[in-house]
Amino acid sequence: MKFLSLLKQAPLSAQFGVLVITLYLIVVIFAPVLAPYGEREVLDSEYLPWGGEYLLGTDNLGRDMLSRLIYGARNTVGIALVTTIIAFVGGGLLGLVAAIMGGWVDQLLSRAIDVVMAIPALIFALLILTIVGTSTTSLIFVIAVLDSTRVFRLARSVAQTVVVMDYVEAAKARGEGLWWIIRKEVLPNVSAPLIAEFGLRFCFVFLFISALSFLGLGIQPPSADWGSMVRDNATLITFGDVTPLIPAAAIALLTVAINFVVDWALHRSSGLKD
Amino acid sequence: MYLLLRMTAERLFFGLITLLIVSIIIFSAVELLPGDLAQEILGQSATPEAVAAFRRELGLDQAPWIRYLDWLAAISSGDFGRSLANGREISELMSSRLGNTLFLASYAALIAIPVSLILGILAALYRNSWFDRLTNLVTLSSISFPEFFIAYILILFFSVKMALLPSLANISPEMGLGDKLLRTLLPALTLTLVVVAHMMRMTRAAIINVLSSSYIEMAKLKGMSPLRIVVCHALPNALAPIINVIALNLAYLVVGVVVVEVVFVYPGLGQLLVDSVSKRDVTVVQAASLIFAGTFILLNLLADLMSIVTNPRLFNPR
Repeated sequence: MKFLSLLKQAPLSAQFGVLVITLYLIVVIFAPVLAPYGEREVLDSEYLPWGGEYLLGTDNLGRDMLSRLIYGARNTVGIALVTTIIAFVGGGLLGLVAAIMGGWVDQLLSRAIDVVMAIPALIFALLILTIVGTSTTSLIFVIAVLDSTRVFRLARSVAQTVVVMDYVEAAKARGEGLWWIIRKEVLPNVSAPLIAEFGLRFCFVFLFISALSFLGLGIQPPSADWGSMVRDNATLITFGDVTPLIPAAAIALLTVAINFVVDWALHRSSGLKD
Repeated sequence: MYLLLRMTAERLFFGLITLLIVSIIIFSAVELLPGDLAQEILGQSATPEAVAAFRRELGLDQAPWIRYLDWLAAISSGDFGRSLANGREISELMSSRLGNTLFLASYAALIAIPVSLILGILAALYRNSWFDRLTNLVTLSSISFPEFFIAYILILFFSVKMALLPSLANISPEMGLGDKLLRTLLPALTLTLVVVAHMMRMTRAAIINVLSSSYIEMAKLKGMSPLRIVVCHALPNALAPIINVIALNLAYLVVGVVVVEVVFVYPGLGQLLVDSVSKRDVTVVQAASLIFAGTFILLNLLADLMSIVTNPRLFNPR
């Protein structure tokens, strides 16, 4: 209820963003109910046009495009979400620990992260995926590790302003443990910027996974996924058919929507501080 | 001057150290490969003696750090070893492709830098006008779009609907420059759209930041025209962050070409890297990653150095 009344005062772009995100969530949760056919069902001949039995036609193997699109939401968004959560928990915790402990722990972690960040993420991911092979699990962990470096940087720098506060000093002097300090003193005070960052990191991970899938190195067939759907049906574009652009547009729409909401959230939190 | 030299030397030193550590990481990638490199090349049917002999030939019987030093020495003289997939010299595979990739990246940079500077200055000049809002909306969306989406939209309009430009950027060395530029216009435009958004927003922000200082107020009170204020007074002082963001985006361009090269089937290093990853051709991936990572680090170092050199305060320390 509180959120709804907040939303009424939000700018149009943020309201649009929230609406789009809600629609995507509905599609993700109710995918099997909404999809007219199965995810991997080969139904008819390849590349059928729009209309008739198949609303958006069929893909390069004769599967229903609309159903693939709906299941693709589940796979692409789901995997990106899991990856972002792992990156956040890992990178965030390490960042907080580095800020609270300081000293050599901080130095060691920060320098290690600097080195990983010196290599472009896409190149690093490609290098590791060559070694561990392309499977969904390795994809999630490789990208989570690479992305956690960015979360680490942010969590560390926000936590550093909190750690010098008297109440943290007091907790340390009382002899509270590291975990207690993180949970009760630091985390509540750094959650606002971290939540906004979560939206941005999700966008980044989502685009990154889509790019890898587009290159054929991300989510593997026969799972439906937006990046590889563009790749598989790209030939249609040379005939002036826009079907392969729909999954790409679905990716773009979600990232734009999240960016709008994050923009609003950042604006609000900076406005409240003044 | 002394401070400037010391900071430059410091950055160069740290850049060199980073390059070394990155080369160690990339080298150890092969060590982590499950199984044995010699076995991998010769196949499962090879006799143990043949594998042992081949191991000796590759130097796999030596300690890892000795092999690392040998590898480093070979690479600095331009010898990247052989591909696992087809046994060809990697340096031979890469030489023309690296040239193509750098050609595409610099082509895109030549379009992107002036466009984003002009758009950024205009947006700062007419801030909060409809022009500013429109560019803000367009750049925010183009940041959120996947690269292949932008690429295919361009293909759809310029090569399918209007039949103006070729959709495949299949260039060859014997082509003339004009022909090359025409064929690579679409990939260059895609890359431009990806980086312009970022560079333009930073230019706008840097200039607006300077516009709030008192000497700008003074110029305004003198009755100077807004364009002259921005170009003669604000721009020189906003130059450091702008140059920095340009260098960072050049670094991004070098990596960003990977996806764009695949879309346009452009014979560049990125395409080779992606093909080698799916073939699990580790030595080629290693060499290509090293070149990409090295270029990225060098450009980042350049960004760092430029922002030191363009900071007038460092020339006249207190």
